Amino acid sequence: MTSWKAAALAAILVCAPLAACDKPAEHASQSSTVQIGGPFQLVDMNGRPVTEKTLLGKPTAIFFGFTYCPEVCPTTMAEMTAWLKALGPEADKLNVVFVSVDPERDTPEQLKLYLSNFDRRIQGFTGTPENIAKTAKAYRVYYQKVATDGGGYTLDHSSATYLFDAQGRFVEPIGYGGPPERGLGQLRALLKG
Amino acid sequence: MKPFLATLAVTALAVPSLAAAALPAVKVTDAWCRAAPKGALAGGCYVTLTASADDRLVAVETTAAGRAEIHTMSMAGGVMRMRQLADGVALPAGKPVALKPGAEHLMLIGPKIALTPGAKVALTLRFKSAPPVTVTAPVKTAPTPAMSMPMGGH
Ligand SMILES: [Cu+2]
Repeated sequence: MTSWKAAALAAILVCAPLAACDKPAEHASQSSTVQIGGPFQLVDMNGRPVTEKTLLGKPTAIFFGFTYCPEVCPTTMAEMTAWLKALGPEADKLNVVFVSVDPERDTPEQLKLYLSNFDRRIQGFTGTPENIAKTAKAYRVYYQKVATDGGGYTLDHSSATYLFDAQGRFVEPIGYGGPPERGLGQLRALLKG
Repeated sequence: MKPFLATLAVTALAVPSLAAAALPAVKVTDAWCRAAPKGALAGGCYVTLTASADDRLVAVETTAAGRAEIHTMSMAGGVMRMRQLADGVALPAGKPVALKPGAEHLMLIGPKIALTPGAKVALTLRFKSAPPVTVTAPVKTAPTPAMSMPMGGH
């Protein structure tokens, strides 16, 4: 119950500035006035602690989802896998992270199994419900548990992938369901810096 | 005598058509389930339903998962929301209703089989009026928009 409330409190709806998608570089400084991102304390798929500093030095693409998700998350991971393949060795210069908003079910082991279906370079982060709530708040990610009849639950969640530069500054989102070549173009632009 | 024979003839004709009208039916086509990553705790299945008379899809059952539910999904303001449809899905007479990605779907919760392409999922659909229908849905990779250009600036 506590984590449900925490999630609701952390529920800050970000209206992603999708209009800025076409010209990432020019709009970078403008978008940076939106404070997205911040300190976090999570664990990776091997249970090792990770923080925001883990991601510094490389540009980052970060997506918040959960392995129970039937459509948006696997579609995003499949697209990301195709983009990373298209980028080839250049993709090694990126951090790509899937953060679970369902820490109660998404253990490091579950994340590892799930992400084994996709590009090896995609890392999975999870953590305590409190730390996930804090991280989602810092990243302006909306998520909320919704109970289902059978005693289970599903999660509403933000669907965009957020891009950050090597210094951890927010650049722009990749909107869900956009043309794949645009997402690839955004990653290429991010790598160029 | 003539009117009596005529009545008989009418009755004979009327009986089969009355019987058909009394039995509403739902035709199920294009059933498929989305291939799910290994370790996924849920999967989506889709069907197109055409009811002969106004009806309603009220439940789905399968042995391929712990449970199956009827859901809808929506995207607004960049947020994906999924809801269980407690009242099911309305099926207006004669109008094909497609459950499809990004909208209404049948959700398998706790799959008991690997949802890999080529696998088959038996789904029993229950309706408010029509008798239940069992279909076998093949597992397929969801179509993703192909990248039209490998390169190129925007
Ligand atoms: Cu669903």
